Amino acid sequence: MSFQTNNPVIKWVEYRLPIFSFLHHSLVEYPTPRNFNIWYQFGSIAGIILVVQIVTGIVLAMHYTPHVDYAFDSVEHIMRDVNYGWLIRYMHANGASMFFIAVYIHIFRGLYYGSYKAPRELLWMIGLVILLLMMATAFMGYVLPWGQMSFWGATVITNLFSAVPLVGEQIVTWLWGGFSVDNATLNRFYSLHYLLPFVLVGLVVLHLWALHHHGSNNPLGIDAKAPGDKIPFHPYYTVKDLLGFALFGLFFAVFLFYLPNALGHPDNYIPADPLVTPAHIVPEWYFLPFYAILRSVPDKLGGVVLMFGSIFILFLLPWLDTSRVRSAKFRPIYKQFFWIFVIATLALGWAGSQPAEGMALIIARVGTIYYFVHFLVIMPLLGWFERPKPLPKSIAESVLGGGGQAAGAPASPARGKA
Amino acid sequence: MSAMTPESNHGEDGVKRRDFLYISTAAFGGAGVVAAAWPFVHQMNPSADVLALSSTEVDLSGIEVGQSLTVVWRGKPVFIRHRTPEEIEEARADDAADLPDPQTDAERVIKPEWLVVVGVCTHLGCVPLGQAGDFGGWFCPCHGSHYDTSARIRIGPAPENLIVPPYEFTADTQILIG
Repeated sequence: MSFQTNNPVIKWVEYRLPIFSFLHHSLVEYPTPRNFNIWYQFGSIAGIILVVQIVTGIVLAMHYTPHVDYAFDSVEHIMRDVNYGWLIRYMHANGASMFFIAVYIHIFRGLYYGSYKAPRELLWMIGLVILLLMMATAFMGYVLPWGQMSFWGATVITNLFSAVPLVGEQIVTWLWGGFSVDNATLNRFYSLHYLLPFVLVGLVVLHLWALHHHGSNNPLGIDAKAPGDKIPFHPYYTVKDLLGFALFGLFFAVFLFYLPNALGHPDNYIPADPLVTPAHIVPEWYFLPFYAILRSVPDKLGGVVLMFGSIFILFLLPWLDTSRVRSAKFRPIYKQFFWIFVIATLALGWAGSQPAEGMALIIARVGTIYYFVHFLVIMPLLGWFERPKPLPKSIAESVLGGGGQAAGAPASPARGKA
Repeated sequence: MSAMTPESNHGEDGVKRRDFLYISTAAFGGAGVVAAAWPFVHQMNPSADVLALSSTEVDLSGIEVGQSLTVVWRGKPVFIRHRTPEEIEEARADDAADLPDPQTDAERVIKPEWLVVVGVCTHLGCVPLGQAGDFGGWFCPCHGSHYDTSARIRIGPAPENLIVPPYEFTADTQILIG
């Protein structure tokens, strides 16, 4: 059912710029697998939160002053004096956490259902670039209120680059625009914090373009081929996504209205003091697993390399995973390792929130080792040793109960196959 | 122009005259892009007013033995410690200890009773706490680096000793840092 209209204005525009048929194709008729479950909500939720962050961010920028002498006070001015400033700032601050919650669930969904496998490798990699850029944006945003955690977080994170051999110090001085985190640093972070979300929008467009080219993966991980496998995006998934927004919005609202500072850190309500480091520096919760990896290595360069490596290894995942079967639903052993991996990541997050000593340090080290073993050893070997369950013939057959269990030969590793 | 097809300009080795034009154009354009990019990279380096603040003069006369003073130099804390004889003794005794970043105490001071170091942990830049840690020097609360009475790294993730800034005695109890 292609795009049809009798409206003369739309016809006039459409003839010159086929934007209406493009939108119709992408948002209305776009054929979507019929078997999405709740875990497929989080991509669109992440998208809507990006919009929330941009809208609230633009408003905050109208009242904020990026200067070391005024930044902290201007944030308090937003909280106390600006009409609804408290609401908009809390939306923005908690929205960052919500963004990471949605994106992390979205990523784990992809890991579980093998959404990174051919032909979606580039889709996956664009998503990882989005993650990296989100992290940079969130980090720079956290610096802007110029509280103690802002300042010392900025100091610690920028100092990561001093681990680079030979030119480390020069890189850090260049990042700071001085010899310590100071006004020049605050200004450039503000500039980039404003810019990067729009770069994110561009990457999201690429992400969706790649997604729509081959179509979405689905919980069965098999290609949609049969006539009944797919349904139009509208009204089926527009309605489902709206339900997702509503439920996630309630979750967001609990934090926004009842626990607005639960995910923050009280030290950030103390103005930045370059001469006093808080006793216990912790990054925002969404960086904790990576922070634990950083601190688990008793060597500066080694810690930094492993921390960045923990994300870059995800870029190689489409090739490290040798199994031909996408969905963990049909991979009895991978399914178990997936959940161990989830637990390892959560344990790393907990360890990252604790001082790096005793039990927390041991857990961080075990977790770090497991994190890399999962990708470098378990994923490649499973493709060889795991015997997947038989795949259903089609999505429609599986969903409508056509006895799909009997069909399909056991899949073997993808050697020699694309 | 149309009379000169690229095919008519083949050299012996199959290289066309057009290839030379493409490569030289690309090289010229590339050099131009690099040259134009440099101001946009270099603008992020410390500006003239930041560089102008790069020395600090400190009067040491008020610091008694066993006291420390923290001053700001280039936006960073600098610890000036009037060391006790025991601390000097300990620092010298540890010259032969197992040091991750080997340096003798004598290399780190101009006058043994005055230790002047940048108060920034060489791990990730936190400010260590004075007279704390396992070696009676400094202890960084962020990631647990212990420094001794000569501010040398002894245990922990920091790779280097606390940095001794360039300074000189302009008078008996006066130093100029930077």
